[in-house]
Amino acid sequence: MTAITDIPDAPRAARRPQIGNPVLRWLRTNLFSSIPNGILTVVLLALLAKGIFSFVQWGIANAVWLTPANDSSACRAVRGLGACWAIIPEKYRFILFGTYPFDEQWRPALAVLLFIALYYLSTRRALWRRELVYLWIGALALISVLMWGGVFGLSFVSQDRWGGLPVTLILATFGLAFGFPLGILVALGRRSKLPAIRSLSVLYVELIRGVPLVSLLFMASVMFPLFMPAGFNIDKLLRAQIAIILFAGAYLAEVIRGGLQAVPRGQYEAADALGLSYWRKHRLIVLPQAIRHVIPPLVNTFIAFFKDTSLVLIIGIFDLLTTAKTAIIDPAWQQFSVEVYIFVAAIYFVFCFAMSRYSRSLETTTPK
Amino acid sequence: MTADHPRPPPRRRFLALGRNELKGLFWQVLVVGIAVGVVAFLWSNTVTNLSARRITTGFAFLGREAGMPIADSLLAYNPRDTYLWAFVVGIANTLRVAVIGIVLATILGTLVGISRLSANWLLSRLAAVYVETLRDIPLLLQLLFWYVLMQALPAARAAWRPVEGVFLSNRGLILPAIPFGPPQLWVLGTAVLGLAVFYVIRRWLIAQQMRDGRPRPAWPFALGLVVAVPAAVSLVLGVSWTIEWPELRGFNFVGGLTLAPEYFALLIALVTYTSAFIAEIVRSGIQSVPRGQWDAANALGLRRSFMLRQIILPQALRVIVPPMTSQYLNLTKNSSLAVAIGYQDVVSVANTTLNQTGQAIEAIALIMAVFLTISLSISFFMNWYNARIALVER
Repeated sequence: MTAITDIPDAPRAARRPQIGNPVLRWLRTNLFSSIPNGILTVVLLALLAKGIFSFVQWGIANAVWLTPANDSSACRAVRGLGACWAIIPEKYRFILFGTYPFDEQWRPALAVLLFIALYYLSTRRALWRRELVYLWIGALALISVLMWGGVFGLSFVSQDRWGGLPVTLILATFGLAFGFPLGILVALGRRSKLPAIRSLSVLYVELIRGVPLVSLLFMASVMFPLFMPAGFNIDKLLRAQIAIILFAGAYLAEVIRGGLQAVPRGQYEAADALGLSYWRKHRLIVLPQAIRHVIPPLVNTFIAFFKDTSLVLIIGIFDLLTTAKTAIIDPAWQQFSVEVYIFVAAIYFVFCFAMSRYSRSLETTTPK
Repeated sequence: MTADHPRPPPRRRFLALGRNELKGLFWQVLVVGIAVGVVAFLWSNTVTNLSARRITTGFAFLGREAGMPIADSLLAYNPRDTYLWAFVVGIANTLRVAVIGIVLATILGTLVGISRLSANWLLSRLAAVYVETLRDIPLLLQLLFWYVLMQALPAARAAWRPVEGVFLSNRGLILPAIPFGPPQLWVLGTAVLGLAVFYVIRRWLIAQQMRDGRPRPAWPFALGLVVAVPAAVSLVLGVSWTIEWPELRGFNFVGGLTLAPEYFALLIALVTYTSAFIAEIVRSGIQSVPRGQWDAANALGLRRSFMLRQIILPQALRVIVPPMTSQYLNLTKNSSLAVAIGYQDVVSVANTTLNQTGQAIEAIALIMAVFLTISLSISFFMNWYNARIALVER
C-alpha cells in the first residue's frame, strides 16, 4: 500500500516498450502494477462502489425533492431510507438571509454578488494596483448602504435582522479589510528596533494566538459591556467583528513577518541609502516585496479565517451556520438536519475550494 | 559620487526631531502611552461596572459550590464540588480529547499523506478527495454534523454491533476494556521505566557502533526491559488482565468503556479535520527529500525499511515537525468547540461559571492560563524534538 511514486524503484512504465492498448497500459501502471497493488485496487473499488451505491440510493433514488409548502409528511415517510432535499426549497431563504425582511431580500442577495465580484477582481493580477484599495472601499460602502438602507428610498434594516450568508461574508471580509493593515503594523512592530514597541507587538500576537477564538468571542460578548463606560453599548455583531479583526490581525502579522524576513538586507540598505524615511521605505520598497513572497500562505490564512467565522454560532450571531442550525429547530423538519448541513457545507466548500485552487495556481505562477 | 556634487538641501524631518534616538524615544513613548491609556480606561470602567453590579473581583469564588452538572468526566465529580474542582475536571476533559486526538490524528494523517503519494492511482485520488473535502468545510459544521449522526443512531436496545463486544448506539460507543487500578498501573509504570532505560542503552550502543562500526542489535534489550520485566512484575503481583465485555441490561450498558456521544463526536471531528492538514504536511515532507537521496540509498544496496528509517525519514522529519507543532496547537485550541455540543471541556466549564457567578474576568483569565500553559508545553516539547532532529552540519 505504501509504494511511493516519486522514488526510483517505483514502476518505470515510461522506459518499457510502449506496446499494446494505451488504456490497458494506463490501467497496468496506475492500478495493477503489482499483485498487492492489484488486490488493493479491487478492494478499494468494491468499497467505493458500495459507498456510491448507498449514497445514490439515499440521496437520489429514494430522495424526496419537493413537497407542498410546510408539509414534511412525504419526507417522514422515507425517513432513514432517503434524503429529504425538499427541506432546502422550503428553508433556503431563511438559511441564506436569516430574518432579513422577506420582500427586501434582494438587497442581501445583491450584496453577496458584490462580495463575490470583489473577490474575483482581487484575484486578477492586472488589478493589483492602488486602485484596488479604492475599489474595496467603494464596494464595502455600497454593501453597507444595501444592507442598512435608510437612504435612496431603501427602508432601514437594523443589523439584528441580518443573517445567513451575507453575515458570514461581512464578518470575513471586514475582518480581513481591517485585520490586514493591523497585521502589517504589528509585523513591523515586531521587527522594530524599539524595545517597547517590539514587546507590545509580541505580547499582542502571542496572547491572541495562544487562546482559542471561542474564548475571544466570549470575551467580546460578555466582557465588552464591562469594559465600556456605563450606558455605552455597541451591537453584538460589531463586537464579534472587533474580536475577529483582532484575531485576524495577530495571525496575519505572523505571515507578513515571514515575508519581511524574506526581503534581502540589501533592499533595506538601498532604501536607507536613498534617504527614504521609515514609512516611505516600507511602503515603497519593503512591503510590496514582502507581501508578494507570502501570497500563498496569506490565501491559506484567509481560508482558515473564512471557516473560523462560523464560530460566532457559539455566541448566537446569525451567520450561515447559525441560520442553518435554526432552520431545523422547526419540529416538522427537525429530523432532516443532515440534508441542511450538507447544503451549507457545499456553500462553504465552494468558497474555500475556489480560494485553495487560486492559492495553488499562485504557487506555480508567481514570479520569484 | 563626485566631490563637487552639490549637497541636497537638508530635508525637514518629521517633527524636526532629527536625531534617530530622539525619534525612537518619541514613538515608543507615544505607543506605550496610548496602550497604557487604553488599558487604564478599560480598567477603570471595569472596576466601576463591577462595583455597580456588586461583583467582587478575585478568585475567592473558586472555593464555592459549583452546582453545575458535568455528565462525562474522567475524574469523580458531583455538582456539590467546588468551582475549583469543576475547573480541574474541565481541564482533564480538554486534555483527554486533545491528547488522544493528537495521537489518532497523527496516525491517520500520516496514513493519508502516504496514500496521497501511492503508486496506486485510485488510492492517491481517494486520499486527495478526503483531504480537499475535509479542509474546505468549517470544523464546527463538521462537528455538528457528526453529533447529529450520533444522535440519529439507534437506541441502546437496537445498538449496532460492528464487531463482537463493540456497541454503537445513541448512548455513544461502548468498547470492551480492561478494568484499570493500582496493580495494573504498577505494571505499566515498570514498562515506561523500562522504555526509558532502553533508550539510554540504545544511545550507548549507537555510540559504540560509531566507534568501531560493528552493529550491535538493540532488540534483545527492548524485549527484556519493555516486555519481560513488566510481565514478571505482573506475575509476581498476580495482576488480572481479564477483559470486561459490555452487556446490555435494561436500557443501558454495563461494564466496558463508554465514550459518550459528545466526546466521540468531538474526537471524530477533531481527528478527521486535523488529519487532512497533517496529511498535506507529511506529503510535502516526503516530497522535499531530494530524489538523489533515494538513488544514493538504493545504490548502497540498503534494505527498503532501513533506507526509509535511516535516510528518508530523518530528512523528511525536519520539514514535517515545525508545521506539525502548529497543527497540534490548533487541535488543542479547536477542542474548545466542545461548548457547541455540550461536552464539558475547560472552556465550557468556564462559560457556565461565568453565567452563574458573573466572574467574567477571572473565568477568561483561567481559560487563557490553561491554553497558554498547554500551548507552551506543546511548543516546548516540539522545539526540543525539532532541535534533536535538526540538521547537524559537520
